[in-house]
Parts: sequence; C-alpha cells; structure tokens
Amino acid sequence: MPQSAEKILDHKDLFKEPEYQAMLEKKRATYENATPAEKVAEVEDWTKSWDYREKNLARSCVTINPAKACQPLGAVFAAAGYDSTMSFVHGSQGCVAYYRSHLARHFKEPSSAVSSSMTEDAAVFGGLNNMIEGLANTYALYSPKMIAVSTTCMAEVIGDDLNSFIIKSKEKESVPADFPVPFAHTPAFVGSHVDGYDNMQKGILSTFWKDAPRTAGEGINIIPGFDGYAVGNIRELKRMLGVMGVEATILSDVSDVYDTPSDGEFRMYAGGTTQDEIKAALNAKATISLQEYCSRKTLAFAEEVGQQTAAFHYPMGVQATDELLMKLSELTGKEIPEQLRLERGRLIDAMADSQAYLHGKTYAIYGDPDFVYAMARFVMETGGEPKHCLATNGGKDWEEKMKALLASSPFGEGCQVWAGKDLWHLRSILATEPADLLIGNSYGKYLERDCNVPLIRLTFPIFDRHHHHRFPTFGYQGALNVLVKLLDTIFDKLDTESDISFDLTR
Amino acid sequence: MAKDIADSAEANLKLIEEVLAAYPDKAKKKRAKHLAVAQPLTEAEPGIQSKCDTVKSNIKSVPGVMTIRGCAYAGSKGVVWGPVKDMLHISHGPVGCGHYSWSQRRNYYTGTTGVDSFVTMQVTTDFQENDIVFGGDKKLEKSIDELNELFPLNKGISIQSECPIGLIGDDIEAVSKKKMKDIDKRIVPVRCEGFRGVSQSLGHHIANDMIRDWVLEAGEGARAGYVAGEYDVNIIGDYNIGGDAWSSRILLEEIGLNVIAQWSGDATIAEIERAPAAKLNLIHCYRSMSYICRHMEEKHGVPWMEYNFFGPSQIAASLRAIAAKFDAKIQANAEAVIAKYQPLVDAVNAKYKPRLEGKKVMLYVGGLRPRHVVDAYHDLGMEIVGTGYEFAHNDDYKRTGHYIKEGTLIYDDVSGYELEKFVEAIRPDLVGSGIKEKYNTQKMGIPFRQMHSWDYSGPYHGYDGYAIFARDMDLAINNPVWGMFDAPWKKSA
Ligand code: SF4
Ligand code: SF4
Repeated sequence: MPQSAEKILDHKDLFKEPEYQAMLEKKRATYENATPAEKVAEVEDWTKSWDYREKNLARSCVTINPAKACQPLGAVFAAAGYDSTMSFVHGSQGCVAYYRSHLARHFKEPSSAVSSSMTEDAAVFGGLNNMIEGLANTYALYSPKMIAVSTTCMAEVIGDDLNSFIIKSKEKESVPADFPVPFAHTPAFVGSHVDGYDNMQKGILSTFWKDAPRTAGEGINIIPGFDGYAVGNIRELKRMLGVMGVEATILSDVSDVYDTPSDGEFRMYAGGTTQDEIKAALNAKATISLQEYCSRKTLAFAEEVGQQTAAFHYPMGVQATDELLMKLSELTGKEIPEQLRLERGRLIDAMADSQAYLHGKTYAIYGDPDFVYAMARFVMETGGEPKHCLATNGGKDWEEKMKALLASSPFGEGCQVWAGKDLWHLRSILATEPADLLIGNSYGKYLERDCNVPLIRLTFPIFDRHHHHRFPTFGYQGALNVLVKLLDTIFDKLDTESDISFDLTR
Repeated sequence: MAKDIADSAEANLKLIEEVLAAYPDKAKKKRAKHLAVAQPLTEAEPGIQSKCDTVKSNIKSVPGVMTIRGCAYAGSKGVVWGPVKDMLHISHGPVGCGHYSWSQRRNYYTGTTGVDSFVTMQVTTDFQENDIVFGGDKKLEKSIDELNELFPLNKGISIQSECPIGLIGDDIEAVSKKKMKDIDKRIVPVRCEGFRGVSQSLGHHIANDMIRDWVLEAGEGARAGYVAGEYDVNIIGDYNIGGDAWSSRILLEEIGLNVIAQWSGDATIAEIERAPAAKLNLIHCYRSMSYICRHMEEKHGVPWMEYNFFGPSQIAASLRAIAAKFDAKIQANAEAVIAKYQPLVDAVNAKYKPRLEGKKVMLYVGGLRPRHVVDAYHDLGMEIVGTGYEFAHNDDYKRTGHYIKEGTLIYDDVSGYELEKFVEAIRPDLVGSGIKEKYNTQKMGIPFRQMHSWDYSGPYHGYDGYAIFARDMDLAINNPVWGMFDAPWKKSA
C-alpha cells in the first residue's frame, strides 16, 4: 500500500507507485484498444519532422492551441480599471464564468462581472428583458458607480442593439437616467481580446467625452493596454511619471483592483480611474497608448475630439523606454530627470555585466502583437537573436512592422515572423528550427515539454507561477526584472547541462 | 441538541431574509425560492436526516446577479466529452470558450499528448465574421480532414457547439455523417450551445444523449465480440480530476471486479463502446451521467447503482453495497480491503482529527460534491453549516438529506452577493467552492479550498485520496497566514 499518514503522496508521486503503474498498464493493455507503443513513437517522431511541418503549416481551417482569447475578456479587463465599475456582459452566462475564472487564475485575485443570463427564449425574442431586469439587479446588489456593458457572441449573432436596450432600460428605471452605462459591442468572431479592450475603452470614453465641451489643456492621458503585468507595470509607470513630475491620467488603471490586500475585507472595487478624471481627461493635450494594437479605435476617437496621440508597442527594454520618456518630455516640456538617467545607466550596467551569457542566444517569442514586438526588440538589445516571432492575433500590418524592426538590427537577421499562426504551428517550427529559449505564457509549457526548450513566462496568462505580475516589466526597472528572468533560465540550463564545467562563479 | 438545531434554523432563516432585502422585488421573489434551511423530516426514514428539497432548482438564473454557473458547452465539452482522451474535441465556433476551458479541469490521463491522446489541447474552428454570415459547415468539414491528417492516431472527433452554431442554422449532423464515411472514424456532433438550458446541466444531458445516439446505438464498435466476465463493471461519472478515477479503480480491482470502462476520465472511445457489456454500472456523479445509466438499463439491461468514494465511512459503505451485488467471494474481498485500509484511516484520523475537529465548513459546488463530500468532512470531525449546488435538480436535493442535518443553510444557484453575505455572517472555518469564490473568501480571512479542481491537488477519491483530502483541509485551515491579517498597531476593537 503506497499511502501512509506520515508521508502522504498526492497525484505527483502516488501514481508512480508500482500498484498504480500495474493497474494503468493493465487498463491500457486490456481495455483501451490503444495504439501499440512502437506506432505511437513512430508517429511522434513524424510530428517533429519537416514533412509534418509542411502539412501543419498548410492547414487553413482548424486552429490548434491558439494564443488568443475573445473580445469580451479584454472589455471586462478594461472596465475593471475604472472606479467602482461593474462589467455587465450581455448574452449567455457561461462566457462570463469563463472570463472571471481566467482573470482570477492569472492574478490570483477576485474578478467580478455579471451576465444578463440569456437563454433559449432570449435567442428567439432578443435579450431586452434580460437587460432591463439585469441592470436593475446589478445596480441594487453591487452599488456600482458605472456599469460597462459588453456582449458575448450570442447577443451579437441575434443582433441585440445595446444602445437602444440601454435607453429602454433607463426608461424602465433599471438605473437612474443619468447613471453612466457605457457599452461596446464585442463580437468574439472578430479580432481578439485586444480588440475588446479597445472597443470598451472607446465605449467608456465616448460616454463621457461625446458632446462634452473641450477646453484644450496641458494634461496627458495614458492607455496602458491589455497587460497581464498591469499591476506592476501601472505602478512603475506612475512612479516614473512622478519622478518626472508629469501629471497624467491613466485611462483604466487596474493596478489596485487586481492587487487588493488581505486584511479581512473583500473589496469588489478598489482604486481605478474616477469619472471626474475621465471627464477632465477630455481636455488633455494628448492621449498616449502604450500598446497600439489595444487602442487603435480609441486613439482615433481621441484624435477626433482634438487631442494629439502617440502609440507605442509595450515600453519594455532600453530604447522603448527611452522613446516613451522622450515623448512625455516633448509633450509636457518637462526634462527627463537625472534619476531616470541613472536608472537607465544601472540597467545598461547589468546588461553589460551579463552580456557574455546573453549574446547570441536564440529565442522563439509569442504573445499579443505589442508584447512580441517589445520582447523581440529587448532581446536584440541584449545581443540575443529572435528566431521566431508569433502572434495568433497579429495581422499583415503587424508582420510588416515586425519585419522592419528585425531589419533594423543585425541580431534580427534570419528571424521569421508568424502572423496568425497558433502554438501547434509553433511546435512544428521549434521541432524543425529550434531556438535556445521560448518566451510566452503558461500555455507554452506544452512546447517546453514537447520540444525541450526552456520556457520563460513573461506574458498573460500565467497560471502556473505565482506573483510575477506584481513586478513590473515596463521601464528600466522592469527591463531589469525581465533581464534577470532571462538570465536565471540561462544559468539554470547551463548548470543542469554541465558536468565538468559545473562552475561556482559564472 | 434540538435547541441548537432550532437556533441555527432560526438564525439562518433570518439571515436569508436579510440577504434578500437587498434585491429589487421581482428578483427577490425569484431568489427566495432558492434559499432555505434543511427541514425536519415529517416522519423518520432510515438513513435520512433532513428534508432539503424544499428549494427550487434547475431554473434560469436571475440576470445581473453574478451567478457562478457556466453553460451547456461547459457541461458537455468541459465535463463529459473533453476527458475522452483518444478523440479530438472541436470547440466549434469562436475562439473564446475553448480557450478559457483549455486544460482547466485536470482530467488526468496517460498517453502521448498530440500523438495518441489529446485532452490538454484546444482545438477550435475559430469562427470569423464570414463563418457567422455564410455558415461554418464547410469550414468544419475541412477542419475534420486537417485534424485527421495531422493526428492519424485519433479514434474519433467530437463537435462541441458554441453559442453561434444553433443560431446560424448550421447542420453539423449532416457534416458528421458525411465525414464519418470519408475518414472512417467516429464523429459525434453535440449541440451544447451555451444558451441552451440554464446551466452546465443541460450540457451533461445533451452530451449523454449523443453518447447514446452516436456511439452506443450507432454500431457495436469495440463491444463486438467482447465476452463479458461476471465481474465486469463500469465506473460512470468520474472525470479523473487529479486522478480520482484511478484511486477508485484500484479499490474496485482489489475487491475482484474488472473495470472495463471509465467514463470519462482517462477514457478511450473503445471503453465507451464496450460499456454496455458490463454487469453493473457504478455511478459516482449522478447529476452528470444518470441519463446514460438509465438508457443502458433500459436498452442493454445493465443495472446501475450510486456509490460514494469520499471519506472512509462512505467508502466502506459503498464497497459493501457494491459487493452485495456480487457473490460471497467479492463480499469477503470487500471486507478484507476495508480491513486492510483501516490502519491508514486510523493513522490519518489520529494525525488530523485533533487539528480539524469541530471546524465549520460551507460548501458551494456543482451537482454532486455539495452532498457527496459531506461525510468525508464528518470523518474528520468537521461540521457542515451550509451547502448548495450550481446546477443540481430536485433529485439531488432529495439525496442531500441523507447527509445534511436539519437547520443547515441551503442555497441553490447562489449569487455572488448572497454567498458573500452568508460567509460574512456565518464566518465558517473553511469554504469549499470554485476559483471565482476563492480569493474573495480568502480576503475575508477565511480559509478556502477549491472543490472543483481540488485546488490543483488530489486525488480525493478512495482511501489514498482521503489521506490527501485530510492533509489539504488541514493545511488550508491551519496555515499561520490567517493569524496575520490585522496589523498589530491596529488591533481590532
Ligand atoms: S455561453 Fe456560449 S459563448 Fe459562452 S462559453 Fe458557453 S458556449 Fe461559449
Ligand atoms: S467565444 Fe463567444 S461563447 Fe465563447 S466565451 Fe467568447 S463570447 Fe462566449
């Protein structure tokens, strides 16, 4: 009997015990009608061949292990960054359970959102009654200051019109007439979560900005974009702005709501950008997006109201941070202070100290378009060589931008860009043209196992490691965190692979 | 004791009233039917402690209240079909549903992922606007061809419909029939769109019906020529979360039975095909798979019985009840197995009972565990003060009375608001529920275990699982972190 009270074996070890091994062996041999082991091994080898890769890359219909989620997830994330805002997702309720679980698993935090719980009758008659009743309940139970409405694909397919539904709900006094109920249509069959983020941002800003008079001022708005590291990153961003003396409004600041303390109280809402701040933000001189692919429509809208705009691709690494700071300096007339120059210098110092281990390392990088761009750029700054850059939700224009970036450095030579491909494609790609390191999210662990390439988790979602998102990746300080993660993986690998050269000092 | 019960019943009724007060009238009326306390029995029945089926269940959730429930797709793909390991399961529709459910249920299996087993993969037709406008049947057809080429060792493909499929009029049955001929493998279309029904539950039912129509009644498959032995049984309704079905199977084999199929944790399609040959169906999750047991009984003459492998009292009772369906040899074996594990049980209890005795637990889980795990807690000397289900039906609440004493708080399809208020008022020593409830509860300073995924631990079934269960409840409750919530300079008055 393998189990004992002194040493309790759970799933990790229990099933390795001989009793279980024999049981599983018998099950396989007797009842499973399993494919013989030699055949499995043969097919497994084939899945790593060039022949398989060609077939795999030729597929045009089925998607396998995509690195993207659907629009409403991004909408829920964007809304969470506004003060006391409840997301109300109009459509079937299962989706909302999924968004909440997904965010909770990554941040290890509560994630609140409600559904209008549409069922078969709503599919026939439309979901107006669900909206009318639902908004009233949400308003009564959760005392929000704002309810942000998005849609699941069900509501989109049957064509529910949010604008008129919300007007009717207000007529029925579900919520007071002047209560803000911004909305965004977020069809899951268009784009991905980054588009949902964009649509909801635009929905919220237009609720407060449309038809409001604008007096151009000197303020700056910053849209951080969908970001699994938002907690650490937005705080780091605010710190840098503070050091520079720049007063900026973060449009959707999720840093507190996804990082509430444990002190006996559950805070459904915490921090976030207030409605007064949103209103005042209309007068800003400029709106800056830190992630272009998360904010194209929103920035276009900011331009429409008369603001200047600028877009970045995730300010991670040296030049990306330089550019952001210089832009802020240009817009505000404030100088970049010595403190930030010193921080920059310390980052460069760290990179110089470690360059021998970083130079020439090859990488496969996947994730959202802006992240992959920034990551590839920073890797090249360290002397590393991106070999494969993949974004399932990246399009043609992203591909071109990536190619231009890679062409700008000798370290980008020979890197292939994979727009619209998924992680099963990447498996074939890594099996045939390997890289030293893989950068992505938790789903990459299957590639790590199958292709024997160490995974560095640096983007959303991270389910199987804890608390990384509490530390920034933005800015010079963030780059230092990223640098350490790269180096730790490189050193761990070196040590596991060394026998004679198991050196104490590296 | 009687006074205690009356007190807690009264307090709980008052609490329900307070919580309902926050709702607008219409919602209050609806929700009032789902909240109750376990009632005394009108006449004593052996083995039954209370009457719990006074709450209404399996009814549409109230919009806007933050129900914890999922959808039919989650019930079919997530629960029933997803674990069948040698088939590919297409999340048919847009990318989201398959993404969020990807690898989240810990249905353990053996095999080589992506070669002969496919459980932890997310396969989707990733619908785009065009597919919505023009229909997705063509894309589905071609997807099946592509999958069959890339995964030649697959033994079949299931099509798990997401919301749009039923709304745009696609004919996935026709596609399945056609492709079945083309690729000569089993293809199973499942209309488990998320808007059908009121929770995961209808998804289970639909998934069962598709096993019936597209597997069991669509040809014998691996059943052909199989000569059943007198001790052949099936494990039904065990999804092998953290290895649960394995720590159950080992006991059934030890008492001399042959488990010819596991539904559906670590299952192959051959096991499913062969199942009707068995002599007895042993069903663990009644809620999700009773439908197919009834079918096998009517159509194939396979009797079925429920069992419970959580905690030593229920394990022993179940082993005896199962053995009673067989001969003296099996019965003797069952006694021997119970005796064999008794020292382990004693040692586990000796170690953990003193640390857990008298602790109060609130549960809120899916369709089975809110009652099935209760005696495992009792075995550790713990007490259940509230329980409720996401998607139970009336027959589940009836069965709950076997475990729950009168006066206990009962909540069906609880809303986030209600659960928070209940937990706040009762302040149990432990809450057992899901990921969406975990962190809110912990922030309130109350220990928590996820009771869907076993909080990434397990197995919890069987004797081996009981030891892990006891360890986990102890580590959750007795961690020092709960004592540090208050800053010492701000001692609460
Ligand atoms: S309700 Fe529909 S869209 Fe949502 S998860 Fe379920 S099947 Fe998918
Ligand atoms: S793809 Fe559609 S059904 Fe699925 S989770 Fe997203 S919105 Fe819901």
